[in-house]
Amino acid sequence: MKKDNTIISFLNNNETRAIAFQVITLLIIAFVFYSGIDNLIANIEAREIHTGFAFLSNRAGFDINESMIAYTPEHSNLRVFYVGLINTLVVAVVGIVFATIIGLIIGIARLSNNWLISKLAGGYIELFRNIPILIQILFWYNIALITLPSPRGSFNFFDSVFINKRGIYVPEPVSEPGFAWVLIAFVLGIILTVFMRRHFKKKHDETGIHTRTIGYTIGLVLGLPLVVFLLLGSPMHLDYPSLKGFNFQGGKTFSPEFLALTFSLSVYTATYIAEAIRSGIEAVDKGQKEAAAALGLTQAQSLKLVVLPQALRVAIPPTINQYLNLTKNSSLATAIGYPELMAAFGGTVLNQVGQAVEILGMTMAVYLVISLCISLLLNIVNKKMSIKGR
Amino acid sequence: MAVFESQELRKPPISQVGIVHWLRANLFSSKVNVGLTLAALYMLYVTIPPMLNWMIFDANFNFGEFSFLGFEFGEVMATNVTCGRSAACWPFIYEKFDMFVYGFYPRDLVWRVDIVFAMAALLFVIARLVRNYQHKSRFFLAMIIGFPIASFFLIAGGVFGLEEVETHQWGGLMLTLIIASVGIIISFPIGVMLALGRQSDLKVINFFSTIYIEFIRAVPLITILFMASFVLPLFFTGGVDFDKLLRALVAITLFQAAYFAEVVRGGLQAIPTGQYEAADAIGLNYVQKNALIILPQALKISIPNLVGSSISLFKDTTLVLIIGLMDMLAMVNMTANDIHWMGRETEGFVFVTMTMWVFLYSMSRYSKKLEVRFSTDHKN
Repeated sequence: MKKDNTIISFLNNNETRAIAFQVITLLIIAFVFYSGIDNLIANIEAREIHTGFAFLSNRAGFDINESMIAYTPEHSNLRVFYVGLINTLVVAVVGIVFATIIGLIIGIARLSNNWLISKLAGGYIELFRNIPILIQILFWYNIALITLPSPRGSFNFFDSVFINKRGIYVPEPVSEPGFAWVLIAFVLGIILTVFMRRHFKKKHDETGIHTRTIGYTIGLVLGLPLVVFLLLGSPMHLDYPSLKGFNFQGGKTFSPEFLALTFSLSVYTATYIAEAIRSGIEAVDKGQKEAAAALGLTQAQSLKLVVLPQALRVAIPPTINQYLNLTKNSSLATAIGYPELMAAFGGTVLNQVGQAVEILGMTMAVYLVISLCISLLLNIVNKKMSIKGR
Repeated sequence: MAVFESQELRKPPISQVGIVHWLRANLFSSKVNVGLTLAALYMLYVTIPPMLNWMIFDANFNFGEFSFLGFEFGEVMATNVTCGRSAACWPFIYEKFDMFVYGFYPRDLVWRVDIVFAMAALLFVIARLVRNYQHKSRFFLAMIIGFPIASFFLIAGGVFGLEEVETHQWGGLMLTLIIASVGIIISFPIGVMLALGRQSDLKVINFFSTIYIEFIRAVPLITILFMASFVLPLFFTGGVDFDKLLRALVAITLFQAAYFAEVVRGGLQAIPTGQYEAADAIGLNYVQKNALIILPQALKISIPNLVGSSISLFKDTTLVLIIGLMDMLAMVNMTANDIHWMGRETEGFVFVTMTMWVFLYSMSRYSKKLEVRFSTDHKN
């Protein structure tokens, strides 16, 4: 009798059960992994697919028409990986910048006391957030290819910007020797601004005298490099695109793929950012604004010192999340053939080499790292913005 | 004794009532607002009329001749040539409508798909009618299990004397809806289990759930779809001929499960500790505790976010086009490659966009409604 009880209580013991469940889970996972990997190896051998990362140093053999770094078909597959990675980052950064600007404008417009503006912003949000991003990318790409003229009939803006089926051609700034000094002056200007601001803030804290710093800031950040630039005799010129034969030469080209992709990504992500900003501003208690007004702060001061700091605390975390979503969505370039990571490496190289496990593994790892970086950023921001207890 | 006679009330000044007041208050309240209003009106003027012209006023609506009450209407149906290029050619959509809805599903069998659509609509109506019925949960359970099975047999065929239709013939809106609903129904229980796993005290289970959820959420769906279509068959012995649709469904289900898990976890975290302690105190075991006390509350508060997450899934179904499934979006290029209708992509895109938009917009309205209905703070 007694013995039975100990067995039953042993079986009913929470800790025993916990350990048993975990061991069973581990066994199941191990079994699934083992049999999966076993089949994988058998299948790979049966199909005579190569394994390992030797393919990375093989000749790629295909051309990529858009690359930030030098690339020819003679380069290796690893080079394609870098080209794709850089293009992904370029699309992500450009998309994020424009999405933030549009999102900010639409978010604030949504709360405007102007009925028309507010409704238009609302319409924009409801329209673009309810159309899948892939449709938007394909739609704009298709529209661009259909409506834009051939290179000979390009839209011409002041003989320097040309728009046609093959993309947008803009003058490219080409730096001459000595331009580095301008950059150094620019960095120096930013550093000096930080010190200058710190100085005036200290003065404000000690004496209560407020100094407007905006003029000094502009002078240091923009004026200083400009003076250096002029003193050195303008060490930079613009390389203008010009029509030679059937196509344009010189200048900087943005392909229709790139434009359709960044445009759609910014327009789509902006709707989410706008909603984040709107809810951030709405989350600030009305009493806060009233209190600021009661203290005698002007409208601008109230916005800058009271409303925005509190609104941003609510708005920034979802916005950063949207940055991550935008970066992940940039992989949809596969559908229109813009050579970012997923299209160039996860698509073309995969088709040529056929080592899906390695190639997709590397591609996923990149997105994993990007996502971890953004999570890290989010944690830092959250920590900085959390309400500091006294 | 003076008698006061009430005088007729004076009307408020014209600037304070009616349309003038409304215009002043809402459109022209300050110099900045005047500028903004004019800019917005100009923008509308530039964009809306050309769009309307393309879609309606200059567009071709010649769907062919038809008679109504003995009167003859219409002209010969427009062709690609008679339509012209400057405006929309809706007869194209009219002719290809079946393609957009059913893909390459055999034309003489589409009645089976129509039955499924009708069943779905009927169940939706019934679901609303029995909302206050006592045993509604049994009904819903039967519906959630019975409807997909019945639909599957109807659409796939191969049993009860129904002719079999292979999955590569499925397409169009039908396929989009199938992928979305299968994805939602199957990934939901997995998501709930993952959420419970992530909240669990058991280290191993917690670890694997967390790793899974975080990994899936970090990578784009397209990489998982590629994995499913290139690598998944290799995991099975001899599974080289893995149905393409099944691969996509596996990828989408695994993907969506991680997102559902995070939504449900949010619901679980919102349940006060007292509920867990009370369940422990009355001696419920883990399964009873979660099934009877925790999950009913947690799921209820997560419903709006679950709908939100389902909306994302619905949008994501368009990606199956990249791995070669013939969903509605894929039909755009497919139909515009028809020799008789070359280069009509724009009409196709507009039609698909509008269809998807109607679905997604009504879903998002519905989720907003649910949010208000389930909100427990007394803001409204």
